[in-house]
Amino acid sequence: LAAGLTLLKQFDVQPWQIFLRAELPFLRRPIMSETIQARVLRVIATTQRIPVEKVKPDSTFEELGIDSMDSINILFDLESEFDIEIKDEDAKKIQTIREMIDGVTYLVNSKQNTQAATD
Amino acid sequence: MRVVISGMGVISALGLDQQEFWQSLVNGQSGIGPIPNDVGPTPEMGMNQVRFKNGAAVRGYDADTYFPRKALSFMDRFAQFSVISAREAVNMAGIEWDDELRESAAIITGTCMGGRFTEEIGYWELFHHGRHRVHPLTIPLGMSNAGASHISMEYGLHGPAFTISTACSSSAHAIGHALWMVRSGAAPLAIAGGSEAPLFLGGLKAWEAMRVVSPDTCRPFSAKRSGMILGEGAAMLIVEPLERALARGVKPLAEIVGFGMSADACHVTQPSAEGAARAIRAALRDGGISPEQVGYINAHGTATEANDRMETTAIRMVFGDRTADLPVSSTKSAHGHTLGAAGAIEAVATVQALCTGMLPPTINFLEADPECDLDVVPNHARAAKVDVALSQSFAFGGLNAVLAFRAWH
Repeated sequence: LAAGLTLLKQFDVQPWQIFLRAELPFLRRPIMSETIQARVLRVIATTQRIPVEKVKPDSTFEELGIDSMDSINILFDLESEFDIEIKDEDAKKIQTIREMIDGVTYLVNSKQNTQAATD
Repeated sequence: MRVVISGMGVISALGLDQQEFWQSLVNGQSGIGPIPNDVGPTPEMGMNQVRFKNGAAVRGYDADTYFPRKALSFMDRFAQFSVISAREAVNMAGIEWDDELRESAAIITGTCMGGRFTEEIGYWELFHHGRHRVHPLTIPLGMSNAGASHISMEYGLHGPAFTISTACSSSAHAIGHALWMVRSGAAPLAIAGGSEAPLFLGGLKAWEAMRVVSPDTCRPFSAKRSGMILGEGAAMLIVEPLERALARGVKPLAEIVGFGMSADACHVTQPSAEGAARAIRAALRDGGISPEQVGYINAHGTATEANDRMETTAIRMVFGDRTADLPVSSTKSAHGHTLGAAGAIEAVATVQALCTGMLPPTINFLEADPECDLDVVPNHARAAKVDVALSQSFAFGGLNAVLAFRAWH
């Protein structure tokens, strides 16, 4: 157990050990989330044609000049990036970058769980 | 010169002719229901590929009863609808064609998508089947002016004929230009209107991607509105000088008095109230009408989040304190959003409202959106003698067109 806890601690502070995650399935989620966030921010930057450094999880749509049509474009590109489908009623509710990250994370996880269930 | 509407034809989800269309509107019937499955290039590629299910399709339509087989092979569905509605309008107006009239009568049609269903099938062969050729009639069936061309051939008309494509304002722009051509003497008469057949897979998927189509039905100005419903159909109107109609012994249906246009010049999909108000004011100015004279507005009323609030604001900007007492209904709730045909189909509803003294309702209406505080004539038609009525069209791309009609007494 002590060795396990040490391993976990190491895992938190040493990103190179990310490769271990395949052996530690219960750690998949937080690490995947981090990756998802970075990918979401990159997609937003690409779609909006702005530098990725400008896009923060807490940036507002207003700060990034994202209007309703831009938001629909971003969701479309996120659907392609993650191979997910975002429902219209969910799309309507999304007002912030954080909600985009959370929504995509949720959909990616649901997809993985469904795949795991059918594997 | 006073210009009137002397004939009208409609084919829509509410029926195959103008009479059925108007009766259904007044009765508060809906033409909205599941879109038939045959929207794709193959039977497998149908509505199961589309997230929304409902539309306002023309039902019970058998093209063979209207056209010979040979003619049909040269006409996309939208062009067929154009000719069918033009025939009804011409018959209603009792037009007697002579050489002089054939030489100079105008045809102005509006369409947003033209014959793209035909194009799509052609390109399916190219992109999917890897064929090296498409059908030789892909261009003549796909072109947006096909409706105007087939009407010209139907009656042998050699005068000005052209097509306007300004998305959802197309046929309002067409009718407005018909008014101006007739009023200026540039044409002795015009057949004007629009046609649309947008229920094909690629087009439906494109609308789906915009996330503006309702999963349910069209509820303009309701708090719980959930987006637009696509519709197909056509309407044509006969626009001519008052004297010409009277000389034939034809009672005008209404006078067409004003036409106003504007461009928002701000955003390709977000409409602007200032732009819409500008077009309304321009129509009033063109018709020499004061806002106080207007007794009914047939709204653009798409039931999208963006349009209905913007349109309410625009009406308020022009009509001020009178807004609360001004009936404003959206008949899209019954016949769907027919895009390039919408301006013409709704112009017919507006003329009929003046003609019959019945205001068509906004159906499917639930509780009101406080930000759309209009008298929307909810769910039931209303008897009202109105002198002047407007028909409003506000297109994607920010291009607006408003028509003004006056009752004929």
